[in-house]
Amino acid sequence: MITSVFGVLFDGFAYGMLLFLLSVGLSVTLGMMNFVNLAHCTFGMIGGYVTVTLMNTLGWPFLATLPIAFIAAAAISVVFERTMFRRLYRASDLDQCLLTIGLVFVSIASFAYVYGTIQQPVNLPGYLRGSVQVGGVTLGVYRIFLIVFALVVTGALVAALEFTRFGAQVRAAVDNQRMARGLGINVDGAFAITFALGSGLAGLGGALAIDIVGLDPSFALAYLVYVLIVVAVGGLGSIGGTFAAAMLLGISDMAGKYYFPAIGSFLIYLVMLSLLMWRPSGIFGRRV
Amino acid sequence: MTGSSAAIAGPHQHLEAQVRWRTIEIVFWLATLLPFVVTPDYLVLASQIAITALFALSLDLILGYAGIVSLGHAAFFGFGAYTAGLISKWGWGEPLTGLLAASIAAGLLGYLMSFVIARFRHLALIMITLGFGLLLLEAANSASWLTGGADGLQGVRMWPLLGLFKFDLYGYTAYWYALIVLFVFFLVARRLINSPFGLSLRGIRENAVRMRAIGAESRPHIRKIYTISAVMAGVAGAVLTQTTETVSLGVLDFQRSADILVILILGGTGRLYGGLIGAIIYMIARDWFSGVNPQYWYFPIGVLLIAVVLFLPNGILGGIAQLINTERGQRWFGWATSPPPWGRKP
Amino acid sequence: MRRATTGLACLAAMLLAATPALAQGSIKIGVIMSFSGQFADPGAQIDNGIKLYMKQNGDTVAGKKIELIRKDNGGVAPDAAKRLSQEAIVRDKVDMIVGFDLTPNALAAADVSAQAKKFMVNMNAATSIITTKSDYMVRTSFTVPQVNESLGTWAYKSGARKAYTLVSDFSPGHDGEQSFQRAFKEAGGEIIGSARYPVANLDFTAFLQRAKDMNPDVIYIWVPGGPQPAAIGKAVAERGIDLHKTKVVGQGELTFDEALKGMGDAGLGFITAFHYDHNHQSARNKKFVADYNADFKRNPDMFSVGGYDGMHVIYEALKKTNGDTDGDKLIAAAKGLSWESPRGPMSIDPETRDVVQNVYIRRVEKVGGQLLNVEFDKLESVKDPFKARLPK
Repeated sequence: MITSVFGVLFDGFAYGMLLFLLSVGLSVTLGMMNFVNLAHCTFGMIGGYVTVTLMNTLGWPFLATLPIAFIAAAAISVVFERTMFRRLYRASDLDQCLLTIGLVFVSIASFAYVYGTIQQPVNLPGYLRGSVQVGGVTLGVYRIFLIVFALVVTGALVAALEFTRFGAQVRAAVDNQRMARGLGINVDGAFAITFALGSGLAGLGGALAIDIVGLDPSFALAYLVYVLIVVAVGGLGSIGGTFAAAMLLGISDMAGKYYFPAIGSFLIYLVMLSLLMWRPSGIFGRRV
Repeated sequence: MTGSSAAIAGPHQHLEAQVRWRTIEIVFWLATLLPFVVTPDYLVLASQIAITALFALSLDLILGYAGIVSLGHAAFFGFGAYTAGLISKWGWGEPLTGLLAASIAAGLLGYLMSFVIARFRHLALIMITLGFGLLLLEAANSASWLTGGADGLQGVRMWPLLGLFKFDLYGYTAYWYALIVLFVFFLVARRLINSPFGLSLRGIRENAVRMRAIGAESRPHIRKIYTISAVMAGVAGAVLTQTTETVSLGVLDFQRSADILVILILGGTGRLYGGLIGAIIYMIARDWFSGVNPQYWYFPIGVLLIAVVLFLPNGILGGIAQLINTERGQRWFGWATSPPPWGRKP
Repeated sequence: MRRATTGLACLAAMLLAATPALAQGSIKIGVIMSFSGQFADPGAQIDNGIKLYMKQNGDTVAGKKIELIRKDNGGVAPDAAKRLSQEAIVRDKVDMIVGFDLTPNALAAADVSAQAKKFMVNMNAATSIITTKSDYMVRTSFTVPQVNESLGTWAYKSGARKAYTLVSDFSPGHDGEQSFQRAFKEAGGEIIGSARYPVANLDFTAFLQRAKDMNPDVIYIWVPGGPQPAAIGKAVAERGIDLHKTKVVGQGELTFDEALKGMGDAGLGFITAFHYDHNHQSARNKKFVADYNADFKRNPDMFSVGGYDGMHVIYEALKKTNGDTDGDKLIAAAKGLSWESPRGPMSIDPETRDVVQNVYIRRVEKVGGQLLNVEFDKLESVKDPFKARLPK
């Protein structure tokens, strides 16, 4: 029984790490600049398709495509930010919603046109397939890789935030934008870089997700709901909060499906609702 | 004589001025009769536009006027739709009483939820509405013995409306029905908005804390408007079921909630007609684009949305309002926004 | 005021002009299915099947030109399906409505077909009762009981006595579960356990562990197309399920091309039952697959063949009626049609207007370095058993 509990925790943790990578960017940009970017998962989709193209058309090894997925998603997000999003920082939340949804629609149609609607398979290298036995529990190798990778990324993010000057500027801007501006911090520049980083991470998440959740043009819309849930439960602008929320939701999703298959799909929503009603601004949220 | 009076004498006069019918409104409602004459082949589409308009109007009541952003409003739409469907399936196919039952059911659900809704703001509120919507969808899927699950409800058969008008293939009855229901509830909404209650809602939207300071408790107001909005959404859903004699899980899903939000924002929130205009434009555009290219019509729709945001802030009606508020706009279109000649006070 | 009237008149004129003129000597077919959204890929494949048939057989039948009017259903939306069918008939004046990838959509459109007395060809939706909703409908795909009961019967014949079933928790999955369990039990087998996984589930390790723990002879899995089959394949390997001891069987989607590409060698030995695979060894099919690949750069699947054979029924029926598109005449002409399709021999049952075909039992094997579904057994001329049991 213990082993199955551990197995479920492990799988839930891995799924949560995926959600974390996909969501952390949105949490920070939403918390920092209050810009509702519903096109966030489009960057995830871009990262996924970059990986697929590099692997299937150019024969690159899987791991080598990951940094490119990151960079491509980040670069494209910068283009969008400069041309369109910038104009709407002062606009209402609803207008931002509409613009970014419009962008999602355009991206879905574009990718459907270029890649077709077919599920994109990804052939993982042999050393990432299969499973290992750890103390009587069978753990999937890819999931171990996912967890390790995400933890490394999280560590790097937290280190950057806590120990670098740029990180301090970002934290200041999230806490109190006006004050930060008043102190001479280049908030706009900090935001642009943070936005690119967040979108890049989403791209990375999208690339890593292919093996677990598949990839087709509707990815941009399908995972939006989960990402929003993670961001809301975790608290805007908080990396720790997003981490905790992603884990919690990933594990409760898995546990629900294994232990209570009858209400399995309900569990994730029930968990979200209870958490939000208990802590409306998220687990580690700042705003009242 | 210029369109708006120079000085607002007081809240009562302001409300009176708002309540009077403007020329453009009369033209709009007369135009809704055009499809019968000009495009009789499109009546089914027209009836679905009317249903969507009613749904959007219900969302506007809470979003545009009370400031509650809901990503789960399809819950009420779907609840009303399934209620009407089940009543018919169980043998009672009379449309109007079915509609009444659906409105009560949806209203009850809205009333219960309003207690939760009224306590939260901002992102938590949005996600809570989303969560409830998704929960209801899952519940409907699980209860497939009741709802028919993914296959949809079978056996929905409507009796003729008022005993005379069968729901036909061409959609004549459907459009009349949907249009009249829309108009009736529109009148209700209009009256509601242009009343002291409506003003207090706008106050809550702007600054809930300050409203309490002047003695207007926000929570009961929010509960009231949320329930009314739920009733309207449920009615819209019921009309959809009755005119199409079919209902499935699609009436409850996230896509439906998201679509109606997009439609409302497109048309312009807080302007009563925003939802109607948004519904007309979005659904006609979607029908047109998907007819031209069934596979990639998301593209032109997305471009339309982006263009509206970039060039018409605050939605189509918001953009138009901005244009009309200029000197030239008043000269050319002032006649539209003022009451018709026979309605003006000397 | 006058400007407004002229404006309205111009608008009216433009709209009237936009309605399509009645082309003399053409037959209009409304193709209604999902071209966008989650279910866009099946829709694309059905459409490809239609296009290939028309390319191979020309676009003229009985002296009249075939005109296709495509309408996007956008996923599960029976209200849209009904509206699109109504509009196709009333506005575009189509002579028949075809397509229908999903059951709720097909059921809603059936109402319209029955009311308007228009010929309807269901090219995909697989729930058994669909054809009972309109006397003018034929189906050219398959039904869930047809395939899954055959699988249940075969599973017992192959020596399995204890079965565990795992299906997706929505109607087609429930149908598959009922069909398999019924046939397996009727043959004499025992269902030792069952589970239903949530529709959007992506992690099957827990479910398969449960199944493995019960030690069945055969694990039956029902899964729709998409990313799930590959995930199941991988999970089977991860849980170390020995396919020599425990057979893993399912409906054809379990081993579709994309699924096999995704799960790799983990799928070797999976057994599925289906009415079509591009690896079917017949001259007719080889040509079909070659032509399909030449035009669309991918293999055909069950959706493609549903569209392809659907067009065949339409063409043959029109030839019989000499171009008359009256609903009653067309359905009478369609009943009893029998021909050699890329999938094998098939016919339209005159009583139920449903498809009668072979159900092949296939195993995943490596052939020339590629993972393919290799047929090794079949049940011939299977009628839909569900409707056969309904009281007359």
